[in-house]
Amino acid sequence: MKQFSYRHAKEAELMKSMEEAVKEQTNLSEEELFSFAEFNEKEVEKTGYSNYSYWRSTLQAFLKNKMAVVLLFLLGLLLLFTFIQPYLPNQYDPNMIINDENGMQYRNIPPGDQFILGTNSIGQDLWARIWSGTRTSLFIGLSVALAEALIGITIGVLWGYVRKLDFILTEIYNIIDNIPNTIILILISYILKPSVKTLIFAMCLTGWIQMARFIRNQILIIRDRDYNVASRCLGTPTSKIMIKNLLPYLVSVIMLRMALTIPAAIGNEVFITYIGLGLPVDTPSLGNLINEGRALITSPALRYQLVYPTLILSFVTISFYIIGNAFSDAADPKNHV
Amino acid sequence: MLKYLAKRIGRSLITLVIILTIVFCLLRLMPIEGYFPNYEKMTPQQIQVGLEEMGLTDPLPVQIVRFFKDLLHGDLGTSRIYRANVAVTEILADKVPVSIKLGVFSMIVSLLIGIPMGALMARYKYRFFDKLGTMFIVCIQAIPAAVYFLYIQLYGTQILNVGLLFDINNPKYWILPVLSMSLNNIAFYGMWLRRYMVDESNKDYVKLAKAKGVSEGGVMFKHIFRNAFVPLAQYIPTAFLNTVIGSIYIESLYSVPGMGGLLVTVIKKHDNTMVQGIVLLYACVGVLGLMLGDVLMVILDPRISLGKKEGDR
Repeated sequence: MKQFSYRHAKEAELMKSMEEAVKEQTNLSEEELFSFAEFNEKEVEKTGYSNYSYWRSTLQAFLKNKMAVVLLFLLGLLLLFTFIQPYLPNQYDPNMIINDENGMQYRNIPPGDQFILGTNSIGQDLWARIWSGTRTSLFIGLSVALAEALIGITIGVLWGYVRKLDFILTEIYNIIDNIPNTIILILISYILKPSVKTLIFAMCLTGWIQMARFIRNQILIIRDRDYNVASRCLGTPTSKIMIKNLLPYLVSVIMLRMALTIPAAIGNEVFITYIGLGLPVDTPSLGNLINEGRALITSPALRYQLVYPTLILSFVTISFYIIGNAFSDAADPKNHV
Repeated sequence: MLKYLAKRIGRSLITLVIILTIVFCLLRLMPIEGYFPNYEKMTPQQIQVGLEEMGLTDPLPVQIVRFFKDLLHGDLGTSRIYRANVAVTEILADKVPVSIKLGVFSMIVSLLIGIPMGALMARYKYRFFDKLGTMFIVCIQAIPAAVYFLYIQLYGTQILNVGLLFDINNPKYWILPVLSMSLNNIAFYGMWLRRYMVDESNKDYVKLAKAKGVSEGGVMFKHIFRNAFVPLAQYIPTAFLNTVIGSIYIESLYSVPGMGGLLVTVIKKHDNTMVQGIVLLYACVGVLGLMLGDVLMVILDPRISLGKKEGDR
């Protein structure tokens, strides 16, 4: 009995406060509240309009991830620096073999005043080589990611949307998917002469199909949803359905894959260089530098030649990984409040 | 079941033939230096005669037919540079068992470590162990393997007090290559098992079990783990391919006398027939691995309908 009365009292209190709140908000008398409202266009629009913007919400969600923002900032600085570095005063050319007064090469000089990160075994400045190499590696990574995205998205959308193509592309996929990617990479690099272009080509050759497959599966899921059927009934051209109705749905997936392709491409370059099919030594890349450093692994005093390139490489790859994941989370409308 | 198996195997064989043909055609584009041990000293005529002897000037379809005929007899040609005039199959016969042994060890180790790790991460979700595991997974997946393998070799050999190069008869020397090869798959299994277990733990039957008063650990391992393990099986083929690829780098890094290390060596020596033989072997391994994975999944998960592949409409 006691409980019941307590609840009763609580309810009454609540009702009272609610009524008061309504009255305060509207300032309407009892009579006005219970009379019919007249049509007012302005009032109608009030609820229909939302100031939700996809990209702004994405940005807001992304900014909440402090770690990713900091990494993005640092990565931006690094990227900027790789371009600025050659124009700074007192920089050496990455391929110049530096001699001292007696005409002897500065070999394996440890990091110090004259050479910020020391020199390598034939007397080239490691600092200049590292930045030049970072530039090359980032260029490879970004080009591969962009090319894969472009080809993958185009083919993936067609694959998912045009039923006639499905059979052929699925068969092609089944074949390509069966060979380990690295084997294709090795094969193409072996056949072609090593250069930045051929490396990018070899990496794109198989990467796009994974992207296309992913997009195709997503498209299959959403292509026959009601809003797409409605668009089709209203005579919207196919190209517009693809770009306006389907692709925005896939932004988060695409960004994630692109962000993960970059570290993978940089890693592949290191691997290919190790096998002996990489870029020539006069094109410094992180793979080249790491490979040079690896050759000196047995002598602890020279280990700095391996450590510095790997530090930069690890920073770049981890940043892309974390930023990519954070951005894809942020781009998913489910995470927008 | 049998019908499905027969169909799947038939399909794989067709794929294999197509892949072998494509790879074979691609390999015809190899630089011709790779066919002769002393290319620089040869006159163009000698080169021409040599190519004709090997049948490389015949039209492509003739070469393909001959290649498949030889393949059926177990003949992959002879090495030209690596060990001149020794049959490729003979060279590979010594190497393949080592690679298989290494791969099998690595698969076992990665399952033994990866699965408990994923399960524990799901059990202590958002707590210290989970965060630690996530950090490990991020590092392994983001940093190229080519880099952390180097450091494992560098410091691992010091800690274990072993030499940089591999000694096949000393079990201590097996630790580092096997561990390095497993790392990627440990992260892989850990990540997916954690995700599936977390998904699974939000389902109604789990709530019921908890409401009945089953202990937290009991729910985790008797109910959730079993259901989460089945979808994990679909990653075993991928993990297998990872191991195969990893072996190329690891074996060469530690000078393990296996197939992967051999591939790197013959690439550096530009021995075309050897490269061709090994690449074709790897292509076969890929096809067979994926096929076995599919079959395994069908056996493990009764819910997958036979004869209909997932993703097909």
